Amino acid sequence: MTHFEIKAYPEMWKDLDMDVERFDKMRLMLGEIYEKTYLSQKNRPAGMAYFDNMVAEIHGGRIKELLAAKEEGRPVIGTFCVYIPEEIVLAAGGVCVGLCGGSQGSVPDAEKILPRNICPMVKSAFGFKAGRICPYFQVVDFVYGETTCDAKKKTWEILDDMVPTHVMEIPQMKNQTDQDMWLAEVKAFKTKVESISGKEVTLAEMRQATRTMNNKRKALQRLNRLRHTNPTPISGKDVLLIEQIAFYDEPVRFAKEVNELCDELEKRISDNVAIPGKNAARIMVAGVPMALPNWKLHNLVEGAGAVIVNEESCIGTRYYKDLMDEDAEDMETILQNLTSRYMQIDCSCFTPNNERIDQVLKEYKESGAQGIIHYSLQFCHTYNIEEIRIRQACEKEGIPYMFIESDYSPEDVGQLQTRVEAFLEQIGE
Amino acid sequence: MYVGVDLGSRTIKIAAWQDGRMVGHNLQESGFEPHEQAREMITAYNPKQVVATGYGRHLAREHFADGVITEIKAHGMGIHAMLPQATTVVDIGGQDSKVITLNGNGQVTNFQMNDKCAAGTGRFLEIMATSLAYPLGDFGPAALASEQEIQINSMCTVFAESEVISMKNRGIPRQHIARAVHSSVADRIIAMLGRVGFAEFIAFSGGVANNPCIVQMVRTRLENVQVVVPENPSIIGALGAALEAARKDGQA
Repeated sequence: MTHFEIKAYPEMWKDLDMDVERFDKMRLMLGEIYEKTYLSQKNRPAGMAYFDNMVAEIHGGRIKELLAAKEEGRPVIGTFCVYIPEEIVLAAGGVCVGLCGGSQGSVPDAEKILPRNICPMVKSAFGFKAGRICPYFQVVDFVYGETTCDAKKKTWEILDDMVPTHVMEIPQMKNQTDQDMWLAEVKAFKTKVESISGKEVTLAEMRQATRTMNNKRKALQRLNRLRHTNPTPISGKDVLLIEQIAFYDEPVRFAKEVNELCDELEKRISDNVAIPGKNAARIMVAGVPMALPNWKLHNLVEGAGAVIVNEESCIGTRYYKDLMDEDAEDMETILQNLTSRYMQIDCSCFTPNNERIDQVLKEYKESGAQGIIHYSLQFCHTYNIEEIRIRQACEKEGIPYMFIESDYSPEDVGQLQTRVEAFLEQIGE
Repeated sequence: MYVGVDLGSRTIKIAAWQDGRMVGHNLQESGFEPHEQAREMITAYNPKQVVATGYGRHLAREHFADGVITEIKAHGMGIHAMLPQATTVVDIGGQDSKVITLNGNGQVTNFQMNDKCAAGTGRFLEIMATSLAYPLGDFGPAALASEQEIQINSMCTVFAESEVISMKNRGIPRQHIARAVHSSVADRIIAMLGRVGFAEFIAFSGGVANNPCIVQMVRTRLENVQVVVPENPSIIGALGAALEAARKDGQA
């Protein structure tokens, strides 16, 4: 196994007003975990080298690119949700990055201020800023939050003291009034982004940005289709990593690399190269996002000899399943198209959310999975309650199903391992 | 000879199976190197195949076991061998509580298990017994003797302990508090059963099935349901693992 290290940029971190000493320790730890989780896998596709490097440069190379963009006066915006329309940021020449929020390491920083019994993703994200241990948080012009849950929307008020935080209102129903409100929010977002770049976004720029995002999403769709092959040519952990990197990489380059990896996977499929084994149980994960470096569930499932073949999640298909029309003739139409595209996202913050039940069943069939694990973060009320309807739908369809509610801490790994292994035994019988 | 080893959070159990019957079993409190202890416990049987289950199953496989199965499958197999009419299993061990449903062949069709919280487990009862200065073996009988219905509201082990202490300091007799503690565990088992669904014949395994008060409380809370505790409920997991060892070898 090759030694893996996340590259250090102490000078740059110091300039970014980070807690360099502490951050350096976290860097070493993350490097070790990555080596153990990822590089120990056998027979990985060669195309994963690019993504390994994206992790090695997560706190360096990519940050330099963001700093360069800022220097050119391009907006750099941090987000936490797949509802924030990246197309608009790209059209303004800007960069949209999903911020850190998947690590136990920053949770204690948050718990000094926030209540303990809220979602670990919100705590982790807030802690990264409070502890000054995330370079992305230090680089962004501002954070664009949303109202997808109560923990988030109230945390933005506190976060705003540390970094300028704007909030987009996400509707909770899909009626016409909600769509109208959402269109108004999208327009307000555009105005805000334009105020940073200092110029109005043109139709040509919007169309180009739409193409870029469609291409990125198409590349991810292609990757997901290929991994559905039985036996699968790529591990679930590797696909999850790519889906996570999608939130901070440059979109054109990312799409190109994903497509090159897909070419390799097609070759693997025709050469019958499989990961991990031909008889591995195939599991689909549904539920909440898994922010980097949350690899807990994938690690457990694949460590037990199964393979994950689909993520019905904001980090997975919910981010890339929908494309939008690229060729609108005027700005109003393209914004309306964009609004409709984003309204198809079936987040559990909506009520009712029947589309999601159908989507889970559809993805289960498409992925050739043999069972579904519904994964929720602790205290995520909407996903935890919607789980009941997903479970009922699975029971009705005779789909083997298990529900896991967990956070980022390692303390429940023993129990989870038993539950995952028992689920695999159940599927195997 | 086929041996099953159950390396649980509190105790190590072994069961030996030969010619279609259980020929021996043993239980010890688990020490610091459970795999060494377990290895010693099985040597007398000179087993042909060993299957491990419980928290230490992977450790046992690293050192001596030929295979592993989860406690969930093991309790399903063990109960099916002892009480074939049972299609619902309640297993409360030191650290976990589970409800398992089986098909007619003893295969797991569904299960629920507590997560990291210790509430409703053997550990919870142990902590409460200590807090009320009962030896563990006396805790159930004492609670059974009380007829006072009071309630513990908190299910979290830490908060429940504070609640018990405050009851103690209000002068409530300890057997009544003991009964309240048992009641809260029984309620939790009933809730878990309700979540998974259950048949009219429920088998109760794991160390907590030795507690007469919990068993009686579960029985009285369920109408028209038979709740049966097998002989030696603590070794059911080990028995299931022994059966798996025999099955792997084509002997069952």
